[in-house]
Amino acid sequence: MNVKLSNNKDVWAGMMLIAIGAAAMVIARSYPFGTALRMGPGYFPIILGALLTLFGLFILARGLRRGEAIAGSSSLRALIILPLSLVLFGVLMEHGGFVPAMIVLIFGSATASTEFKLLEALLFSVALTALSVAVFVWGLGLPYPLITDFN
Amino acid sequence: MDLFHNLIFGFGVALSLQNLLYCLIGVTVGTLIGVLPGIGPLGTIAILMPITYGIAPVGALIMLAGIYYGAQYGGSTTAILVNLPGETSAVVTCIDGYQMARQGRAGPALAIAAIGSFFAGTVGTLLIALFGPPLADVALKFGSPEYFSLMLMGLVAAAVLAQGDMVKSLAMVVTGLLLGLVGSDVNTGVQRFSFGFPELSDGIGFVVVAVGVFAIGEIITNLGDKEERRVFTATVTSLFPSKEDMKRSIGPILRGTGIGSFFGVLPGTGPAIASFASYMLEKKLAADPSRFGRGAIEGVAAPESANNADAQCKFIPMLTLGLPASGVMALMLGALTIQGIQPGPEVMTQRPELFWGLIASMWIGNLMLVVLNLPMIGLWVKLLQVPYRLLFPAIMAFSAIGIYSVNNSSFEIYLTALFGVFGFVCMRLGFPPAPMLLGYVLGPMMEENLRRSMLMSGGDASVFVTRPISLAFIIATVLILLVMVVPAVRERRLDMAD
Repeated sequence: MNVKLSNNKDVWAGMMLIAIGAAAMVIARSYPFGTALRMGPGYFPIILGALLTLFGLFILARGLRRGEAIAGSSSLRALIILPLSLVLFGVLMEHGGFVPAMIVLIFGSATASTEFKLLEALLFSVALTALSVAVFVWGLGLPYPLITDFN
Repeated sequence: MDLFHNLIFGFGVALSLQNLLYCLIGVTVGTLIGVLPGIGPLGTIAILMPITYGIAPVGALIMLAGIYYGAQYGGSTTAILVNLPGETSAVVTCIDGYQMARQGRAGPALAIAAIGSFFAGTVGTLLIALFGPPLADVALKFGSPEYFSLMLMGLVAAAVLAQGDMVKSLAMVVTGLLLGLVGSDVNTGVQRFSFGFPELSDGIGFVVVAVGVFAIGEIITNLGDKEERRVFTATVTSLFPSKEDMKRSIGPILRGTGIGSFFGVLPGTGPAIASFASYMLEKKLAADPSRFGRGAIEGVAAPESANNADAQCKFIPMLTLGLPASGVMALMLGALTIQGIQPGPEVMTQRPELFWGLIASMWIGNLMLVVLNLPMIGLWVKLLQVPYRLLFPAIMAFSAIGIYSVNNSSFEIYLTALFGVFGFVCMRLGFPPAPMLLGYVLGPMMEENLRRSMLMSGGDASVFVTRPISLAFIIATVLILLVMVVPAVRERRLDMAD
């Protein structure tokens, strides 16, 4: 029953909800609240934020009473690499063109796996990029330049 | 007969060459992702949704629906052949289906699963055709208070009946409702939660949330699992079930269909619960329960019929009331909205081709699954050998193209990455992500109906309990919550979640 606080699932879960709920309430305070008859844009968000905070407090309390560890393993590598690959895709679509964006996204994502194989991943990203160009740009006519001069 | 008239009209729509093609694409893609573990119907429908913007609403809906029930079908194939549930709904099928495969009876197991699914699909289609119109008639009389209470009931039921932690599901619904409010307020034009980004003034894109959480978040989660894939591929020799097999299966198929249809209209209960319940029932009814777990054909027939019936009947509340009963239905509703169709009971009268065309296509799609996919089983099994290390970068690529193509905006790509991380965190902390999607879809409608109700009643909240229909929904909501607090039911529920 003794779960370290840093690994206590419900403690983290509760804190996350409280953070979202409290943030929603604080932000929504600047919107006109209105009355029950004529609800302003702040009315519904504040109710929801309060509700979320309550759920958060309940789960936090439950976690402190009978802690449950976060089960299973997670890959920090994937957590960093995958969102980063997407961001690079977004940047390259505006400043490099479709081909570099796709290659970087596919190859970059592939490095997130522990079974990553360099040559296989390289070939796969080139092949899939070629396929995507054929299907999406030439076939479906999506208006993306294949490659620009990285401005 | 009105029903026949309507069904014939629907078949006329669904049998157009174009719609047949969309249906075929849908069920084929559905089977494909049903076979592949690690990507489910939610993620796939979300990724493919941008493609459907360009086609007519009927075609779009037909294709997306095909993905959904095709996935159920594909999931059972891998469950039987490799003991690997491609979809959660096929977990129960693994038990006896895989045993049958080990005994060299993979063919009959697959055939019975297909026959059961087809029968259940046919019944499900008929049920929608029968109960859809009267339900919509009732719903047409609803005012704002009724709608608000109905949505409240739907959301609470969906959260409470879903597998997993009830409080966390409810919290996810509320989080989704909040997400749905991002952007300009319809009544006043005030920008809410847009943090100064002009891109957010129309709200967060539906596809962004769905792909972020269900495709990206799911991949991040999967890459953390160190579980190895066991590959034992059974060979399929003869597909034909024996007379004995057929005789044993008739009862389970009928009962499974009944159970699936019942659970289908309830919000929140996924096909997994329906198939589990029907399996347990067959085991109870069996003369010799010890056969179960050792390759009893009843243990394949019942859950496969149940999960397909469930999948079809989930369309009833979505099409008639505009109320999504599951994550996939929330996506369907989103697809309708994006096509400029206000979901609700009016759909049936104003866009009859949509309703009846979709229903007819589901029957055709089920037929396609039986006729086209049984001979292709070998191919599907081969696909299982595609390693995940190649599969997930491809999913990433298609997700990114899909999202970018909606508005040609890199901002939405960044937002998707953010939702991917959020989805991952939620799953790690035990929050089921599907209820969030329901809340997100219903958020704006719920607020609007709440505001209108209060205006109508002069600011008196008792309007929700003084109008009889609304009162019934509120009572039902309270009952659902109460029932779940009763310990006995709660324990049962935990058992089922395991």
